[in-house]
Amino acid sequence: MELINQHTKEIMEGCKERAREAGLRFDDETLEYIVSNRDLLELSPKIMIPTLYDYWVHDVEVLKEKGKYELYPGNPYETVINTRPAISFYNDNNPDWLNVMIFYHVLGHIDFFQSNLYFRHTWDYDFTGQALSDKRLIARLRSEKGRWVDYVIEFVRGLDNLVGYYDELSRFHRSPSDRRSKRLDFYFDVFLQSEKKVKISEYIKEIERYNENVKEYGENLGEQSFFSDVEKKHPEFDALYKKNLEDKPRRKSDLIQFLMENSEFLNKEENRWMKSVMQVVRKTSLFFQPQIRSKIMNEGWASYWHETLFLQDDRIKGHEVDFARVNANVTAMPRVGLNPYALGMRLFYFLEELADKGKYSFDFRKIADADERELFDAKTGQGKEFIFKVRENLCDFIFINTFVDQDFVTRNNLFVAGQRLNQQRMVWEYYVKSRKAEDYRKMLMDSLYHPPYITIDTEKNTSGNTLYLVHHFEEKPLVKEFIANTMMGIEYLWGYPVQLETSEVVSVSAPPEGEDKEPEVKWQRVIYTINKRKLSRRTI
Amino acid sequence: MDPKLLKFYNEVKARGLTPEQEENILSELHDEGTHDIPDSAPDAKSKTFSHSRDSVYAYDDLSVLQSMPPPPSPYTTCLRSLDELLERDKLRETDGFPRKIRVGRLIKPGKGGKDKIVVVPTTVEEKFVHDSIKPPEEGEASGGAGDGEEGEVIGEQPVRSEEGSGAGPGEGEGGPHEMESSAYDLGKILTEKFELPNLKDKGKKRSLTRYTYDMTDRHRGFGQILDKKATMRRIVETNIALGRVPDVNDIDPTQFLIAPDDKIYRVLSREKDYESQAMVFFLRDYSGSMSGKPTELVVSQHVLIYSWLLYQYEKQVESRFVLHDTEAREVPDFYTYYNSRVAGGTKVASAFRLVNEIVDKENLVQDYNIYVFHGTDGDDWDTDGKETIPEIKKMMTYVNRIGISIAEHGFGTSRGTEVERYLKKSRLLDEKPDLIRLDVMGKDADEPRLIEGIKKLISEKVIA
Repeated sequence: MELINQHTKEIMEGCKERAREAGLRFDDETLEYIVSNRDLLELSPKIMIPTLYDYWVHDVEVLKEKGKYELYPGNPYETVINTRPAISFYNDNNPDWLNVMIFYHVLGHIDFFQSNLYFRHTWDYDFTGQALSDKRLIARLRSEKGRWVDYVIEFVRGLDNLVGYYDELSRFHRSPSDRRSKRLDFYFDVFLQSEKKVKISEYIKEIERYNENVKEYGENLGEQSFFSDVEKKHPEFDALYKKNLEDKPRRKSDLIQFLMENSEFLNKEENRWMKSVMQVVRKTSLFFQPQIRSKIMNEGWASYWHETLFLQDDRIKGHEVDFARVNANVTAMPRVGLNPYALGMRLFYFLEELADKGKYSFDFRKIADADERELFDAKTGQGKEFIFKVRENLCDFIFINTFVDQDFVTRNNLFVAGQRLNQQRMVWEYYVKSRKAEDYRKMLMDSLYHPPYITIDTEKNTSGNTLYLVHHFEEKPLVKEFIANTMMGIEYLWGYPVQLETSEVVSVSAPPEGEDKEPEVKWQRVIYTINKRKLSRRTI
Repeated sequence: MDPKLLKFYNEVKARGLTPEQEENILSELHDEGTHDIPDSAPDAKSKTFSHSRDSVYAYDDLSVLQSMPPPPSPYTTCLRSLDELLERDKLRETDGFPRKIRVGRLIKPGKGGKDKIVVVPTTVEEKFVHDSIKPPEEGEASGGAGDGEEGEVIGEQPVRSEEGSGAGPGEGEGGPHEMESSAYDLGKILTEKFELPNLKDKGKKRSLTRYTYDMTDRHRGFGQILDKKATMRRIVETNIALGRVPDVNDIDPTQFLIAPDDKIYRVLSREKDYESQAMVFFLRDYSGSMSGKPTELVVSQHVLIYSWLLYQYEKQVESRFVLHDTEAREVPDFYTYYNSRVAGGTKVASAFRLVNEIVDKENLVQDYNIYVFHGTDGDDWDTDGKETIPEIKKMMTYVNRIGISIAEHGFGTSRGTEVERYLKKSRLLDEKPDLIRLDVMGKDADEPRLIEGIKKLISEKVIA
């Protein structure tokens, strides 16, 4: 791995200037490396992070069967990684014009990494540096504890898709705490509702009483006089309020955190080192979470900009045809299949036009007439501004859910491609299944990364030390053959039996012939229990 | 329709058939298929519908933008650490965790015996992840763009994996390897990893161009090790000749004269080594009913067995391939064996008879350990084994092991397949468990299951 030469670096700096003028935002420093095939061989198992910790599974071909992208959210062959400074990787024989295109694409990504709020938790540190110190920690532990380090890594990695990514993010996006009185919040939100369970009329009366007090005595004194009355009426209020203040600072924790905090086994003196390993795995997973949740937007955004900026670049005159060929390869919509570059880019163009014409508005939505809709143009010219906002605030799910509408589907001639078995001829037939936006959106959603939502139910801790996990029903079963080993890992870390409540498919019945309906699925709730590495299952 | 088949059908019908049996036989009888070998893969591919990646996550910048494909083959790097990985895997078991390394598949047949085998250790990291639910006859929905009315078929793709060619991890990766050497590697892994039983020698039979070095030559006067016994004998001879042993019943060794030439030494010499040989017959039912999964399972298992025997016998395995429907024929190479299409009816006896003939004609018994592996879906027009059982009995007089694998369809009778039934009825399995074994697997058996099956077929002891 070596840095690109000065000539190429100069091209990159030129790209940065032009990209900044167009409105992209990114740090001044970037690092560009030439990578050989050999480098890739080493980098790809480590998801392109050169300093990632060593783990034996990285040396093994990983099975590309079921749930590959669900299991491995990091992209093994990314060109640019979200570090400070951002690092990007290049083939050593790219011609200059191609480098210009790739540089713009890379800058699009860097802008996205550094502006999209779903990456907020990665902004304040350099991941390569962090990873390096983690790698050293794990190497040191391995020299002391041997293969047990790898078992812990394995078991925690088994849970690393359940990290509380959104909880982590929400810590960064908390609205600035206002100066409203906590006592007042507690009284109205908790005490009256949960403790006293007062009737609505009484509740409203209390609010009125408070408002009168404030009106009469002003903000501070009003509150005091209000509560002096409260204490007369409910002498226990003060004690309850204080108690509530004490156990307040409880943040939500994900499964890994919960184990670290509450497992007797992990908190034994001789096992404490395991918690450092868990922390490393958890942090690493958190780092990659936003990447997979913004694949379509991120690639679409980068493609939008490499196309836009390349065509405006005065340095590459004469290479328009070369560019067109490569670009078409990247951004063409496949006949069947999903291409994030093509889809994301088209959506951004679509949105830009929408906002330019003022179509993202009530006025437009009220129009039912197709011709009028077509001709509508409020000439607001806010397209660029709008897509910049989108790239800052959305992730794939919201992006698709909000903006993939019938206009978009029709405009781009999109459809849901179905696949069915023709048994006479023993071929898979691909056919146009639907051209409805609703179906297209659903198909996209189904293809998005979506780890199961599993929480810990401390109430259901029936037999003493058992850890009870609840997989919340979302019309998706878990992959059965993975359950045993995953639960074995949790049992190891927890030190006691573990139970998992989940839903399984009993039967799928095809809809009656000729009817265009989804097949009906029958579900049942089951509990898996692992005790001393023996898995059992029963239905409830 | 072949009149011969029809005649046979009438014969068995006269013997009495259950409706199910009759239906099976009729469906094969009316099958118009032939046993041709499909075109080599590239040709077939060009005709099929190209379909790009389904998931948005399958795209990455390096390959899309810079056309840098993923590094060609992680296989070499993997092999480097293979021993270490297997060692680690063994340790897992001692530590009380299940093993995690699987051996990746395997073989990619090419025309003219140029098979490619890739041996890759693979693993999967288990997590709680969502599974998809879809009816079996429908694939995953995907995105599409372009023209076409709703409901219009826009392309098709043959269900290739149903035709019995190699699929799965490892397919298409790595360059061509010598089939033998890779299969040998695979066998090594199979033995070490899955602890398949080691076979016993059947006496050293045949000279090979391999040598070992041993102190076997004798030399008078000087050498590396004094052969005391031979020297003593020589001294006694000399002294008798000199007349120094007057009474053989009263010898006084102290009076012996010892000439320098009497000392006999051993010196290092090159010796030819003799090793035992194995001849393996692979028998495959390629009748019409075998289409799809059963064929795939049977050939996969046979590849594994072949690899493992290759390792056991240090590459001294010779294999013969026999395909049968109602008639058996020997085919020259694994490619043909692997790829021939299914068609026609089923007479298991024909294959066993052919093997018996070959063994007899070529007098193979004398020089070889003989193994016979037969793969079938368990259908047989000879429903009560009237013809098959005698052939098997004859075979059992000379073989080291007959292993019969039945890959069930999942349809048909619940009382087991015909082959299974008549084998059980014959009681051969119970009487001579060291000579004949049976393994019955469902049609969704996976690789570990196949290996379990192999253990069952070739282990020393009967695995319940």
